Amino acid sequence: MKNNNFEPKLLGIFCNWCTYLAADLAGVSRMDYPANLRIVRTMCSGRIDPQFILWAFRNGADGVLIGGCHPGDCHYIEGNYKTLRRYKLLKRVLKEMGINDKRLRLEWISASEGEKLQRVVKEFVEEIKNLGPISNDEAFKKLLTSTKGG
Amino acid sequence: MSEKPKIALYWCASCGGCEEAVVDLAEDILQVVEKAEIVFWPVAMDFKRKDVENLKDGEILVSFINGSVRNSEQEEMVKLLRKKSKIVIAFGSCAYTGGIPGLANSYSKEEIMNYYYKEGLTVFNPEDKRPTPQYIEKNLAFEIPEFYERVYALDQVIDVDYYIPGCAPTRNVVKNSIDTLFSGNLPPKGSVLGASSKALCNECPLNDTKPEKITLKEFKRIDKNQPEKDKCLLIQGFACLGPVTRGGCEALCVKANYPCTGCFGPLDGIEDYGAKALSFLASLIDSNNEEEIEKIINEWMPNPLGIVYKYSLPKSLIFETKNKKNGG
Ligand code: SF4
Ligand code: SF4
Ligand code: SF4
Repeated sequence: MKNNNFEPKLLGIFCNWCTYLAADLAGVSRMDYPANLRIVRTMCSGRIDPQFILWAFRNGADGVLIGGCHPGDCHYIEGNYKTLRRYKLLKRVLKEMGINDKRLRLEWISASEGEKLQRVVKEFVEEIKNLGPISNDEAFKKLLTSTKGG
Repeated sequence: MSEKPKIALYWCASCGGCEEAVVDLAEDILQVVEKAEIVFWPVAMDFKRKDVENLKDGEILVSFINGSVRNSEQEEMVKLLRKKSKIVIAFGSCAYTGGIPGLANSYSKEEIMNYYYKEGLTVFNPEDKRPTPQYIEKNLAFEIPEFYERVYALDQVIDVDYYIPGCAPTRNVVKNSIDTLFSGNLPPKGSVLGASSKALCNECPLNDTKPEKITLKEFKRIDKNQPEKDKCLLIQGFACLGPVTRGGCEALCVKANYPCTGCFGPLDGIEDYGAKALSFLASLIDSNNEEEIEKIINEWMPNPLGIVYKYSLPKSLIFETKNKKNGG
């Protein structure tokens, strides 16, 4: 079901101290990036509960981008390492659920890296365009072809 | 003699353990029989669907339903029971959170069918016959239930009033739940009956040996290692899910030197048990290095989904389906 007009819906969950500021910087510096991304700000990437990500996918996000401070730079010392560990394990679980794990991406983007943010978002949009909508994934086929509940 | 309240017991996609748990009530079940009239219990007594159909709507006081919903017959039966019952109770992990049969949600229906009718080691099926819901041969029409694409927890199919956790629910939990039900003092709808609202660690005899903070360089697999006695299993490196699991079983598995695998389900306020368990296990990993983290995960968990969602995959946020309530 490849659809060239498909515009993915992406959710960015960014930490308050780094990646969110990078997005701000990209904004004020008028660096444009695709409008597919909606951003939610958390105080630390370590606050991102895997439930948030599953919830986003269930509610129609085609991809989720987590943004946190570079290793060693976490405002709360090691929140981003916790994120890294959860991210790695969650990717494995997503795959087993029947969701393409490329739909979840983690990037370290500091407050001064507006350009990196721009590049990552562009790349991610392209990548998810290639994958198509999340409804293509096995887990969602099960929901859509459900015969129950007549 | 005043009429006794009517109760029904039914199983869907179930291993039979939950039915066994009811039988295990032994003399306690006599109390139930004394207080109530069993009007439907296909496993133990000869009742037919018609017997339920002939009852008035709401005539059954309580229906205990175990097992998850995986085919059309189960869906029809639970909708019928919902209509005929005042209270419906999801009994056991399968009905409550989807249970072990719910792990099938990580495969497609086609993969499952292929395995059972083609690829399985002992399968002999040269004509590649598959179950068909309607089958006609020589003027005879047969009908078998339709196998669904996925497995459902009970409240994804009908409205459920209460939940009794456990795989299977322990005797005390069942007894406490029944006492609560017959006390007439009913808790708010949606409550979990008979169990605790605190985490399992709280009632674990090894809790004193568990330090405040635990980090692990490696996890040990229970199939390859023997835990030491009388020492918290988590600090020994076994992925005991006690900290994220509802208490109430009195740490049954831990007392048998086996880590908790989470059958009592999520604590209040947690929507997705697996996601919470995953989050908890990942945060124990004592490494900040990407490759090392991956190595620890890979060596320890060939299939992490089966560990964190052992009893609750259909209730993961990904598979969550709001019940359409057309049954009750
Ligand atoms: S909850 Fe456990 S004991 Fe009960 S039917 Fe399911 S698998 Fe069997
Ligand atoms: S053995 Fe498990 S349940 Fe007992 S205290 Fe340790 S983590 Fe908690
Ligand atoms: S220890 Fe855990 S897995 Fe075992 S019965 Fe209790 S809740 Fe269930």
